[in-house]
Amino acid sequence: MLAFAVRRILYSIPVLIVSSFIIFALGSASADPLAPLREKNPPAPQNVIDAEYVRLHLDQPLLQRYFSWLGGIFTGDFGPSVVSTANIGHDLGDRFLVTIRLIALAMLIALILAVVIGVLTAVKQYSKFDYAATFVGFLFLAMPAFWFAILLKQAGISFNSALGTQAIYTIGQSSVPPPRGAGPYVVDIIGHMILPTISLALISYAAWSRFTRASMLEVMNSDYVRLARAKGLPRRTVMVKHGLRTALIPLTTVTALDIASIIGGAVVTETVFQWKGMGDYLLTAIRTNDVYATASWLLLAATVVIAFNLIADLLYGVLDPRIRYA
Amino acid sequence: MPDTRTRTPGTRSAPAAPDREFTVTERSQGQLVLRRFLQHRAAVVSLGVLVALILLAYVGGLLWKYDPGQYTPDNSVPPSWDHPFGTDSAGRDQFAQVLRGTRISLQVSVSVAVLATLVGTLWGSVAGYFGGKVDTVMMRIADLVLTLPLIAVAAMLSHNFGGSWYLIALVIAGLYWAYVSRVSRGVVLSLREKEFVEAAKALGASDTRIILRHLVPNALGSILVNLTILVALAILLETSLSYLGFGVTPPDTSLGLLVSEAQTALTTRPWLFYFPGLFIIIIALTINFIGDGLRDAFDPQQTKVRQ
Repeated sequence: MLAFAVRRILYSIPVLIVSSFIIFALGSASADPLAPLREKNPPAPQNVIDAEYVRLHLDQPLLQRYFSWLGGIFTGDFGPSVVSTANIGHDLGDRFLVTIRLIALAMLIALILAVVIGVLTAVKQYSKFDYAATFVGFLFLAMPAFWFAILLKQAGISFNSALGTQAIYTIGQSSVPPPRGAGPYVVDIIGHMILPTISLALISYAAWSRFTRASMLEVMNSDYVRLARAKGLPRRTVMVKHGLRTALIPLTTVTALDIASIIGGAVVTETVFQWKGMGDYLLTAIRTNDVYATASWLLLAATVVIAFNLIADLLYGVLDPRIRYA
Repeated sequence: MPDTRTRTPGTRSAPAAPDREFTVTERSQGQLVLRRFLQHRAAVVSLGVLVALILLAYVGGLLWKYDPGQYTPDNSVPPSWDHPFGTDSAGRDQFAQVLRGTRISLQVSVSVAVLATLVGTLWGSVAGYFGGKVDTVMMRIADLVLTLPLIAVAAMLSHNFGGSWYLIALVIAGLYWAYVSRVSRGVVLSLREKEFVEAAKALGASDTRIILRHLVPNALGSILVNLTILVALAILLETSLSYLGFGVTPPDTSLGLLVSEAQTALTTRPWLFYFPGLFIIIIALTINFIGDGLRDAFDPQQTKVRQ
């Protein structure tokens, strides 16, 4: 097991390196960081442009730029941003902490929803509840994340104006300035998280609940579950102890594989609720042709995705004793 | 069911069957699939709705009295008989706008699905068929694409290259093919061990012939199901991109762009927001149901549970 873990981690490293090169090359080839400066009105003086040219390492060839960027990351230096005072590593770290709480909580809620609804629809297959839940699931699968988020936000605004007070926060990841004291600070953060989390969780749960249903149905019709029932074990015990445990194993892989699309969903959700999180950071970086910031963002996202896949692989081995990592 | 004996000669030369006590009619694979698809009520209804919507967008758009960009004297009127979806603050008829947005969104998503399916199927089939080092290298490349959040890379690429609908389609297809290649590789891996492939090999068929004539047609069911789902995914990604400002840009329009333009007017002119959103949902929903029906039709074992 340990040997397998080490081997998988070692194997992830070349993937990350190749991926980082593609990210960097694509970003550098497609965007000109000096374009906003050149198109400025009135035009920026030539010596400013020249200084920026050198500061952003544009005088170096692509490969050299890439390797100095990659080398710098190990010392916490993510390269120069087009905003000369900005520190990409520092900013990205702050934004990551904001976004990760949205993603983690939304995923947790989505998983709980998916398992509960998936199991209930499988146990009561072809019942009215099954049909209703299936339809709702399909509806969420077909709904653009931002459309639903905007609707929720509007509902929150209407709720607030009906109440006459600010009961639900609809904008930002925390109040500006944040309230003093640890207690009010946490309450404030949680208050801001409610709507975005619900929005992201509901958009994400549907695919997983369909998967849980299919996987649960398969297990329920397997021979060993029939045997357990034949031995006279109560239905509920068989469902939970024999059925659910087995049915949930493949869900770990599916969840891990979906992390990239959840990050994408978070970008959209954050934009709707005007969070200063990773989404806003990425979009601003792309708009301002901030090549190093964009590449660092994508590298961070790729690292998270690869780490998730790694965890899923290891978990799979723990959950499913049939799998032996030789 | 058509009787095989009344078939036009030449299609499948059924020998004049002797009269039996129970007349057995032969059914082709295609007929079986069609029959099972028609039994899936949600899929059939969805197909009807989708076809109606496509007709409305392409034919209805031509016949409708207002052009998409045309300024009418009615500013910000709510839905009425004259303007079924209302108008925006500049007086443009929202019904005409939504129909045009539907056309572009459909063009983007169908192009994405077809392009990504073509590239991904070939990629996955070649990798799965040859196996070994070829498989490892090709699938690692696909994995690299899959480690990145699609919307982030698509936003980056289309900010610098995008704008028109076909460029957006190229960008999205350039990322989605990796998903398709995973699916088709899996199918081909199981198919290549089958006897008919062995038989073709024994007859001296070339690798190209086996892949194109034997593997791809047999994987067609899974590929087709995947293609429909890809259309729905692409339409959602395109709308999200347009919403973030990295998708289709004016003078082109898409359903996502229409919603994006309307979000600030949600309280004053809600119809501008609801109708394009509703169209996105209808398109994605019906396509998902059709995909579900196709999956049942091609592979009934996957969903029908042994009783």
